[in-house]
Amino acid sequence: MAAQIFSAILVILIGVGGCVAYFWGANKVVDLIFPSRGVSGQAAIDNLRRQGLIRPWLFIGPALILLVVYLIYPVISTVITSFQDKSGHGFVGLANYQWAFGDGQFRNSIFNNLLWLLVVPAACTFLGLVIAVLTDKIWWGTIAKSLIFLPLAISFVGASVIWKFIYEYRGEGQVQIGALNALVQWLGGDPQVWISMPFWNNFFLMVILIWIQTGFAMVILSSALRGIPEETIEAAVIDGANPFQIFWKIMIPQIWGTIIVVWTTITILVLKVFDIVLTMTNGQWNSQVLANLMFDWMFRGGGDFGKGATIAVIIMIAVLPIMIWNIRQANREGL
Amino acid sequence: MAHASGKSAGRSSFGKWAVHIAALLFVIVWTIPTLGILVTSLRDKDQIVGSGWWASFFSSTQVQQVRLAGPDKQVEKDGKFVIEGNVFENPGGTQVSAFGARAQEPTKFEVGTVADLGDGETLQINADGSYVQSSIKKFEGSRGQRVYFSSTVPPRFTTENYGNVLTSEGVGRSFLNSLTVTIPATIIPIMIAAFAAYALAWMRFPGRALLIAVIIGLLVVPLQMALIPLLEMYNGVGNLFGVPSKTYLGIWLAHTGFGLPFAIYLLRSYIAGLPREIMESARIDGASDFEIFMKIVLPLSFPVLASFAIFQFLWVWNDLLVAMVFLGTGANELVLTGKLNALLGSRGGDWDILTTSAFITIILPLIVFFSLQRYFVRGLLAGSVKGG
Repeated sequence: MAAQIFSAILVILIGVGGCVAYFWGANKVVDLIFPSRGVSGQAAIDNLRRQGLIRPWLFIGPALILLVVYLIYPVISTVITSFQDKSGHGFVGLANYQWAFGDGQFRNSIFNNLLWLLVVPAACTFLGLVIAVLTDKIWWGTIAKSLIFLPLAISFVGASVIWKFIYEYRGEGQVQIGALNALVQWLGGDPQVWISMPFWNNFFLMVILIWIQTGFAMVILSSALRGIPEETIEAAVIDGANPFQIFWKIMIPQIWGTIIVVWTTITILVLKVFDIVLTMTNGQWNSQVLANLMFDWMFRGGGDFGKGATIAVIIMIAVLPIMIWNIRQANREGL
Repeated sequence: MAHASGKSAGRSSFGKWAVHIAALLFVIVWTIPTLGILVTSLRDKDQIVGSGWWASFFSSTQVQQVRLAGPDKQVEKDGKFVIEGNVFENPGGTQVSAFGARAQEPTKFEVGTVADLGDGETLQINADGSYVQSSIKKFEGSRGQRVYFSSTVPPRFTTENYGNVLTSEGVGRSFLNSLTVTIPATIIPIMIAAFAAYALAWMRFPGRALLIAVIIGLLVVPLQMALIPLLEMYNGVGNLFGVPSKTYLGIWLAHTGFGLPFAIYLLRSYIAGLPREIMESARIDGASDFEIFMKIVLPLSFPVLASFAIFQFLWVWNDLLVAMVFLGTGANELVLTGKLNALLGSRGGDWDILTTSAFITIILPLIVFFSLQRYFVRGLLAGSVKGG
């Protein structure tokens, strides 16, 4: 244990020290090879130009290497692996994709993912917007926002335990210690095993992600709402618009761009949702999703990398339109 | 017009209350789940299953079964055979309210009454748990009779669960493992990203625009795309050098790589916004790019570096997927999220252990989050409003 603490501290020192040493050292080397001071005019200008060619790559080098090794190469490799067999060596063409669309579990995952995509971003954005509007109007709004924002710091696994405790079911005649079943019983209903009800259990899992992400939507939208010029709202009030008209016709159009950003950010998150399903049901009772199915195939029976890669590529294809839109948007802003 | 304004005045007073109540409702719904596990983790282990956590501040009634002392404890008194004792192992505190001899009627008799059980047998249980069982015949067999009683238990809060979970369940060790993963994985990317961000913001070189576009693209690449090739690569490296393929070094580098696109994106947009005049006057004074970066850009970028550090800390601390793929499951490597997931499987219904472990898992992020919320929100706004 002491060795572990020691090695962690050592790594921090080596990591940070190594970074500083690299950047400082590389900078020094360039200065030595192409000196710009103490040489004649033309040579100095030439060397400065050479420095200008090399130095950016020294600065960007470590990041570039890490990006290539940990993201760019794996993305290309995964696409190739999706056309290969179990071990990831023999070429099988489109067999994995054919398998995927014929597989019941895969189709169930696609269906559930679509369900998540329909419900979660919409619910988070809507609730976030409502709460942002409400809390902007009250004196204790900051505290309220902090508390609603809080679940964003909680891990998906932690949140799953929290909600599993709410959904807890105990047999007939026993005291219900799960809040939901206690509430249902108090209202006169029968306790249910919520997370094993096919189809509906998806919604009980979605609640967890909505609980976590609404705070995110709220903060972003609240700041966008505050950016709306006062005059536009005052003008609408003078013209006799009621609060609902002001909200729908004046405020919403002005923050529409932000709403789209929040929506797409949560959409990407939903496509990757894994921890919640793994810890709550592990895909049982028809609650499977793509990311968990992919993880399953990576390790099931020694692992089938071809099928795992195929599922990853399908998640990637779903993200692709958002990626392209982001890049085009950034280009338009002139980078 | 007068009618309309009167109506809106009435609505605004009513509306004010509605806003307060609606906001309060949201706050309650959003905090109750976390409150539930906090309260439960502090309750006595037996009381957790006896009543819902919302009832934990009141005395609860619970029905228990217990075996009376066996026939070997019987004494003969006034021509009767009598067994005496107490249903509680530690008398005092808990009060018996009713008792019974059959599972179907566990609270048939009021406390203190002498219950006739038939066949000349009687049973009396008092409020403090002491009992007298008597019979005109000699008790036979080797085991005592099974009886049922309901008792009123005063609320009991304790930190026992925390002691238990931290030591004997191994959550304490996992906490340390999580710190070991998180701290280097938070600090290492900062330097690397900051240099790259400066180059992308203030240096002119061919391919710059393409690099920025690639980084914006990588922002949304699902982690799932990286897992299989990296797992193969790690196994390959492990085999080649005869070292384990799942190591802390491996996960530090993986988290660094995965965190870089966001880090570079966030830092670049901030550094690009720094005033041009400062850079130019420093350059005229003969400062090199390296000096400008170290002496001007880095100190000025502190707020955005803090934002990124908080993001990366939360992301690494809360991560389960990367830890499950790149780190082992031994006691010296299992992180908190992995531990909690394992406990969900092995200790499914033991809510004393689960709620306590869950709270230990989320306490550090909550502290970081609350103390540095300002930086977190700033990063959130800079990171998402602009693109995604």
